[in-house]
Amino acid sequence: MEKILKQAKKIAEAAEVFLVSSDETPVQFEANRLKHIQSKQSQIAALRIIRKGRVGYSVTTNPDDVHGLIDNAVETAEFGMQAKFELPGPTPYPQVATYDPKVESVSLEQMIGLGEEMINTVKEHTHDIICEAEVTKNSVSVSIINSSGGKANYSKSTFSLGVSGSIIRGTDMLFVGESESSCHPITSTKAVTDTVLRQLEWARERALAPERVLPVIFTPNGVMSALIPPLMVAFNGKTVLEGVSPIGKCLGKQVFDKKLWLWDDATIAYRPGSRPFDDEGIPSRRTPLIEAGTPANFIYDLQTAALADTQSTGNGSRPGGGLPTPSPSAFIIKPGGVSFDDMLADIKEGLVIEYLMGAEQGNILGGDFSGNVLLGYKVENGKIVGRVKDTMVSGNVYKVLNDITAIGNDAKWVGGFLNSPSLYCPRLSVASKG
Amino acid sequence: LPKIRDIGQQIAEALKGKSADYLEAHLEQTSSSHITYRGKKLESIGRSTAIGGNVRALVRGGWGFTSFNNLEEVPGKIELAIKQAQLAGKGKSQLASVAPLVDRVTAEIDKSPVEIPLAEKKQLLDEYNDIIWQTPKLQTSVINYSDSHKSSIFISSSGSFIEQERADVSLRLMAIATDDNEVQQASLSLGSRGDFSQIQSLHQQVAEMAKRSVELLAAPQVKGGEYTVVLDPVLAGVFVHEAFGHLSESDFVYENEKLRQIMTLGKEFGSAELNIVDSALMPGLRGSYKYDDEGVPASKTYLIREGKLVGRLHSRETAAKMKEKATGNARAVSYRYPPIVRMSNTYIEPGSVSFDDMIADIKKGVYARNWYGGTTSIEMFTFSAGEAYMIRNGRVAELLRPVVLTGNVFTTLKNIDAIGNDLEMNQGGGCGKGEQMPLSVSNGSPHIRIRHCLVGGR
Repeated sequence: MEKILKQAKKIAEAAEVFLVSSDETPVQFEANRLKHIQSKQSQIAALRIIRKGRVGYSVTTNPDDVHGLIDNAVETAEFGMQAKFELPGPTPYPQVATYDPKVESVSLEQMIGLGEEMINTVKEHTHDIICEAEVTKNSVSVSIINSSGGKANYSKSTFSLGVSGSIIRGTDMLFVGESESSCHPITSTKAVTDTVLRQLEWARERALAPERVLPVIFTPNGVMSALIPPLMVAFNGKTVLEGVSPIGKCLGKQVFDKKLWLWDDATIAYRPGSRPFDDEGIPSRRTPLIEAGTPANFIYDLQTAALADTQSTGNGSRPGGGLPTPSPSAFIIKPGGVSFDDMLADIKEGLVIEYLMGAEQGNILGGDFSGNVLLGYKVENGKIVGRVKDTMVSGNVYKVLNDITAIGNDAKWVGGFLNSPSLYCPRLSVASKG
Repeated sequence: LPKIRDIGQQIAEALKGKSADYLEAHLEQTSSSHITYRGKKLESIGRSTAIGGNVRALVRGGWGFTSFNNLEEVPGKIELAIKQAQLAGKGKSQLASVAPLVDRVTAEIDKSPVEIPLAEKKQLLDEYNDIIWQTPKLQTSVINYSDSHKSSIFISSSGSFIEQERADVSLRLMAIATDDNEVQQASLSLGSRGDFSQIQSLHQQVAEMAKRSVELLAAPQVKGGEYTVVLDPVLAGVFVHEAFGHLSESDFVYENEKLRQIMTLGKEFGSAELNIVDSALMPGLRGSYKYDDEGVPASKTYLIREGKLVGRLHSRETAAKMKEKATGNARAVSYRYPPIVRMSNTYIEPGSVSFDDMIADIKKGVYARNWYGGTTSIEMFTFSAGEAYMIRNGRVAELLRPVVLTGNVFTTLKNIDAIGNDLEMNQGGGCGKGEQMPLSVSNGSPHIRIRHCLVGGR
């Protein structure tokens, strides 16, 4: 690493070397049986330089290829964007715990056991279900050094498990599933299988969805699949800078329901989205995005922040070693005080949406979404009466989130990224074949 | 290539005499470049190189798989993969037989797109961006260009040693228009098997795309409900990929008795005019190849012929378990993943109906063109159109906001009641399955008409 930096400093005004290595072990079950055990090791080395005021960069899987890295970075710097930022010097970082050595020592046998346990629990409930399951452990180490004297590294362990099942009767199919992740080993499968069993219970009967405007409860999983993708784009400082974020000019103006609070937070201990600093070496933080319905901040990396005349929020992210780009770490929606059952009790006729398929395919920027209710239930007189099918709901995220009847007290993690309660929205357009 | 070829030969030796039912290794060396524009400015330009490999082992029906960047560690990785497979395997290994093959396949291009000077690529993108920005009311634009050149070696314990080279070019342009609080976008996606010239004369199409993004601001949203829908070749290609292609991938089916019953060969899925094909043998397309990632020769497979299910896509394992022939459809996006059953070039064969005849008797319908994306749950699919128009009294009428279409595979295929005479293959897509994406595929179709299709809207 030092060698690359030393060479790069000779040909550039500023340089930064970014190194990531990871070691991932997924254990996969297919059709109720153990099928695949994998071990995936990878490493990348990325070089970013500022030469004649312009950014050049290159990436390789072979950190020993110093010449290749430098030649490619120099070539691209000829055309690169003008660097408006300075690389950070030595900086104090917050204490963010992301590594638990116990993850590495979980044995393959234990992982197989967890997978079998999930499948057995689900099969015991529903005999003709066919399950897939995955239990994965991963360790990642990230190092960064730059010509301003900045130097930092951290390690992260993650452990995740998930199970999904399909039931086929005739050509009628039902899909259920849940997953969980942490920087600690997960030793109990109960949270995951309880959710799946609950999904199976609620989907036991078939119900018909009428074709009109209905009240809808999005479960935390439903919030993720239907409402989050547009917000990830809208709060991105780059989208704002370009003038295409619908909330770009709304800082300080209430455009969402007053009950809605949202943070981006990379500092929560032992969460897979956490880290002490971002991929440019900027300290992590908790950034309020929506405060009582009012947009409070957008997220930035160094270059975008400089162009927007503001500061990086520590959200520079470099997937695959590419150039940094603003990207959220983890979205946290503040829970409300209403229980899920009380929300249900309030609905005479409506839907509960657990997974909306295809919602992210519409006009994400404008916030329009439209998707097939792959897993969702009909509510009649305060009770779930069965699953709906062949049903499509459509709406606009900004309209939906500006009129929320209630926010649940049932916040939970969805995947590694979102912590959200259920959201109860008074009206959504439903199209259905029954 | 010399470096990985030498290591390949060592591995071929190392795979012999091990205690596994089957072993294979992949080595890969890739170089690539990309250029991204956001708005008027070039945002990112870079080059990357990668070298890596994997070893896959099969023992008693269980698979072990190791992937790595450091090729010097291969001997240890072989042992690890075998150990994993031993732990996973409790049944019987089954693989469809394939003759050991030794071959070398070149990329069949005059010049690697990666080696074209960055200045030349930038010049072309500058031209397109200038065209986009000549459109009034435009707010911003995004251009993503990337290319790659990959050399790979497949080595198996049964004696195969196949070197393949392939190049890829992909370009996606998007124009974004705004008006008060409205944001609308239009996009264009293209790609080729490494032939840069195929993306060099799109000036007219780029101009139309930019204009459309602005026009969408004033377009109404369709009222949600059932319509007679006509799909253009691009969107119909996405439809056949999502709605039927994925269902034809036997890894969904082979260990699922219920799905096997649904997918019984001979079963009627559509009208006698409906023929659906997957073929990796079409020359020059992004989904084409000579051998798949299990060293099986590629083939042309009829999935539906005259409305009846006649075939499906296989890996060696799914073929053996279903007692059918391997079709050469096991593919991996890179050495980081094991091969799984994937499509190549999937299309509906042309029929005889002209576009004018197809819409002539539609009083009120939707003409959906171009694509944003699509996804499937096997039974249900959704796909979204990049542009849409009302059809009124047999004519294409006003522009609509982009629409999302959804349906049940089994009923929707039967509801196709007209197949056009104008097959086109679309090279712009990348397919995702599990965590493996984007895989180079192409889709195609003539115009098709679907009755009773559910369209999302207000």
